Amino acid sequence: MRSSDHLPAGAGTRLVVVGHGPAAARLTEALAAGGFAGRVTVLGEEPRAAYDRVALTSYLSGRTAEDLTYPVPEGVELCLGRPVVGIDREARTVTTADGHTEPYDTLVLATGSSPFVPPVTGRDLPGCFTYRTIDDLDAIRAACAGARAGVVVGGGLLGLEAANALRGLGLTTHVVEMAGRLMPRQVDEGGGAVLRRHIEALGLAVHTGTGVREVVAGPDGRVAGLVTSDGETIEAQVVVFSAGVRPRDELARQAGLAVGERGGVVVDDGMRTSDPAVYAVGECALHDGVVYGLAGPCLTMAEVAADRVLGGEAVFTRADTSTRLKLLGVEVAQFGAAEGALDVTFMDPVGGVYQKLLVSDDARTLLGGVCVGDVAPYDTLRPFVGRDLPAAPGELLFTGGPAGLDVPDDAQVCSCNNVTAGRVRAAIAGEGLTDVAGIKSRTRAGTTCGSCVPALRKILAGAGVEVSTALCEHFTHSRAELFDIVRVRGITTFSRLIAEHGTGRGCDVCKPAVASILASLGGGHILDGEQAALQDTNDHFLANIQRNGTYSVVPRVPGGEITADRLIVIGEVARDFGLYTKITGGQRIDLLGARVEQLPLIWRRLVDAGFESGHAYGKALRTVKSCVGSTWCRYGVQDSAALAVALELRYRGLRSPHKIKSAVSGCARECAEARSKDFGIIATEKGWNLYVGGNGGFSPRHADLFAADLDTGGLVRVVDRFLMFYIRTADRLQRTSAWLEQQGLDHVRRVVLEDSLGICADLEAQMERHVASYTDEWRAVLDDPGKLRRFVSFVNAPQTPDPSIAFETERDQIKPVLIPLEATR
Amino acid sequence: MTVLHEPPPAAPPGTPPGEDTAPRWTPVCAYTDLLPERGVCALVGRHQIALFRTFDGELFAIGNHDPFSGAQVLSRGIVGTRGGSPVVISPMHRQTFSLATGACLDDPAVAVPTYPVRLSGGAVEVGAP
Ligand code: SRM
Ligand SMILES: Cc1cc2nc3c(=O)[nH]c(=O)nc-3n(C[C@H](O)[C@H](O)[C@H](O)COP(=O)(O)OP(=O)(O)OC[C@H]3O[C@@H](n4cnc5c(N)ncnc54)[C@H](O)[C@@H]3O)c2cc1C
Ligand code: SF4
Ligand code: FES
Repeated sequence: MRSSDHLPAGAGTRLVVVGHGPAAARLTEALAAGGFAGRVTVLGEEPRAAYDRVALTSYLSGRTAEDLTYPVPEGVELCLGRPVVGIDREARTVTTADGHTEPYDTLVLATGSSPFVPPVTGRDLPGCFTYRTIDDLDAIRAACAGARAGVVVGGGLLGLEAANALRGLGLTTHVVEMAGRLMPRQVDEGGGAVLRRHIEALGLAVHTGTGVREVVAGPDGRVAGLVTSDGETIEAQVVVFSAGVRPRDELARQAGLAVGERGGVVVDDGMRTSDPAVYAVGECALHDGVVYGLAGPCLTMAEVAADRVLGGEAVFTRADTSTRLKLLGVEVAQFGAAEGALDVTFMDPVGGVYQKLLVSDDARTLLGGVCVGDVAPYDTLRPFVGRDLPAAPGELLFTGGPAGLDVPDDAQVCSCNNVTAGRVRAAIAGEGLTDVAGIKSRTRAGTTCGSCVPALRKILAGAGVEVSTALCEHFTHSRAELFDIVRVRGITTFSRLIAEHGTGRGCDVCKPAVASILASLGGGHILDGEQAALQDTNDHFLANIQRNGTYSVVPRVPGGEITADRLIVIGEVARDFGLYTKITGGQRIDLLGARVEQLPLIWRRLVDAGFESGHAYGKALRTVKSCVGSTWCRYGVQDSAALAVALELRYRGLRSPHKIKSAVSGCARECAEARSKDFGIIATEKGWNLYVGGNGGFSPRHADLFAADLDTGGLVRVVDRFLMFYIRTADRLQRTSAWLEQQGLDHVRRVVLEDSLGICADLEAQMERHVASYTDEWRAVLDDPGKLRRFVSFVNAPQTPDPSIAFETERDQIKPVLIPLEATR
Repeated sequence: MTVLHEPPPAAPPGTPPGEDTAPRWTPVCAYTDLLPERGVCALVGRHQIALFRTFDGELFAIGNHDPFSGAQVLSRGIVGTRGGSPVVISPMHRQTFSLATGACLDDPAVAVPTYPVRLSGGAVEVGAP
């Protein structure tokens, strides 16, 4: 409930926030959303605006600081690089390190926490780091460049994440953990043992039950190794401390606010400290004896504080500290209580799976659980914590529970954003949502750590909105299913497919889809025999239909690279046939306004000059755009143009569920816009970073980093597999972006990079067949009188142009004269 | 293979008796020029007529003019079935038309003309208006 005065909430109030981390960012966002009319000033210590710390590690694998940074609402005054050093509660001012004094009416402490570094000798040597900020990661990356081995002190959630990062930076990596097992706060002994095997299998050295005695320096004064409390010496040039965090309560302490015995600014349910004018939110706050080290509760605190500042009465209650993480491909999850009266355990040491459910003594109420290796129960059961079990515990572990488990409406599905199942269902029903992307944008669920996305998918399915996968009235199969049928049964004609697996004679949905499947599997020329009748008009005339029934011609210009002579040929053809000429958004040239009977004449000229079809009409590879790259550009680190040309030539003519676009940039400045492409490549000092699932169009999406620092051969192999896997499994007209969202990036990574389905050899062979059998579609038409005969406006008057087509001139080029529709209907 | 033999076109209304009331059939192409489930367009007088041969060999003729886009393109649409009856789908904005009646199945207010069509020897003839 808000106070009912008619002034806008907070008018005239000066609100000052100390710290700009995720909690502060959410606070300012919630204030803006709630229409806060006062002045908001944020004083942050870091040199950059708040960024997503949960995703911090992705900064090392290609995401930029901008990618991770939260938007700053309009009107917020952000002062960065200005740590606050003092609070004067009497005067209601804060002072920054550079001596500036800022008055406040309301103060919010959002100072987060700092990594705890055990007081051992050598902890300050060059080569020792913590793992919390982008600056930390920059420093670690620089230090790893010349290093061979690294040690992470601390085997908890963050320590393992740091270890993963060191491994990713090419170091032999050790983890030293004081407790007897890894992730002691999340998993029990059984789970720890299974986890350890996973981690060791990945090449990390795990030392448990031992601490750090000292860090030793080499002759150059930098870190050379670490001595454990067992006396063992581990050679290392980089040491990362990740031995827990301490709330940053020093300001509060110095200002005389109540702080906890073991740290943390004491707050009530409304996030107020012992001074009613001062709030504290996030990792610096101590609520009901708990300091939360997870983003979810920190963000909820920020929302509660914002509501209070706006005059509301929101309260913060003890939060869910469930965690789920995927590190080095190992999934670990813990939810609910860590101890219970009874437990039911499932263990598969061979498969590396450990799952335990904790239940009440009558075995009816679910209290919590731990999963390592396979976290399916986490997705299904987390919302049931504290409730009656939906089935017998053993059954739940073995089968994942009965299909379509109904998560109760008031159960929280997304703990990061405090969204209940009911809220998600209401959004699905009320707004007709049909996918996870819709749920994310409407409810925010799934937008932070992403671990609830599988649960969201289940709710979608349960709400019965699952869009039928049937292709159309003629086939009950999805495109992916038809693909398998055609591939496995060796079917080569639509007639046989529809006779054996469908009904009727098809339509504009299934025919082109089947045509594309046949073509992807190497079905010969797309206009051969019966296949011709499956193609829509663009594929049928190997050109794009335009609004007046004419067609456009787009010759392939691989990588956008073209000689002057070829450019002149295009110009001459356009001039001689009177075509409208335009540079496309795909780094090539479109010639528009050709009548069907002109198409072969135009292509004769183009093919003779060495051009081939650009497949602008096909659901196929379109363009691989490029920048000039290292050959010309002073910043380029690799020859992006050469790679773009090679890739375009490799994948030209490849038919797919939807069009495929690519681009290659010669350095991180990204002039080719590779991250908006289905597969985009950005040069690095060491090779190429591959990004996948980008899209412009209706729902733009930045591509995700898929693999880093590949050499050219390795890159081509990964792209071969990726594209063929997409072609096999995507729905009709589903771009890689939507397909990737549906499959999940990790799944696709496992299939393509780790060959988890054992199909990579097959995918590569299929691509090799495509590459080997490629021929230019237009040249084949010109060589085939039977196919050429179809390129006429009138079957009974092959020489006669369509009299309904007329042009006028605009800006010195032709433009169609359209017959007004009223006159034609 | 079944070939549909349409009745000859009726004499235009108001034709005086004794005038030429025989159907004005125009041969447009050989039957073998038509690919199953793929249209062609014939120019008969001012009329653009879209001709189709369905999978089971039947012949259909409708206007080539797409009433939704104004372009002469229906002969270039994909041929198939809806609910078992033969249809063509406009290549421009994908409305479906019945080959038998010319009715637009997505918009009952819209229809395109149909024309009689027959096979004479190996030749396809349409009944020109
Ligand atoms: C010619 C061109 C516009 C131009 O003058 O620059 C163009 C023209 C058409 N685009 Fe495009 N697109 C063109 C570049 C793009 C780009 C930019 C790019 O490729 O870098 C995009 C955004 C990038 C992307 O695809 O992610 C783009 C996103 C679309 C979309 C939306 C796709 C999506 O995923 O949402 C469509 C609709 C569709 O494919 O369903 C579309 C469809 C079309 C069609 C085929 C529509 C149609 O069916 O008539 C247009 C006819 C092409 C023709 O030649 O007659 N066009 N279109 C560009 C041809 C590039 C080329 O050389 O091949
Ligand atoms: C590598 C890593 C991975 C993580 N992974 C997960 C995860 O998977 N799931 C999860 O739930 N959580 C995760 N977390 C924890 C999550 O990031 C934190 O809970 C969250 O960042 C807390 O937000 P905050 O705004 O309270 O504090 P912080 O993010 O610490 O931000 C506080 C900010 O205040 C600034 N500050 C401090 N003192 C002052 C001062 N006196 N003056 C001015 N500015 C000051 C600090 O410099 C900092 O920028 C992870 C954290 C790290 C480091
Ligand atoms: S992406 Fe880099 S190499 Fe390519 S043109 Fe831009 S700045 Fe130069
Ligand atoms: S639980 Fe983290 S985003 Fe939903």
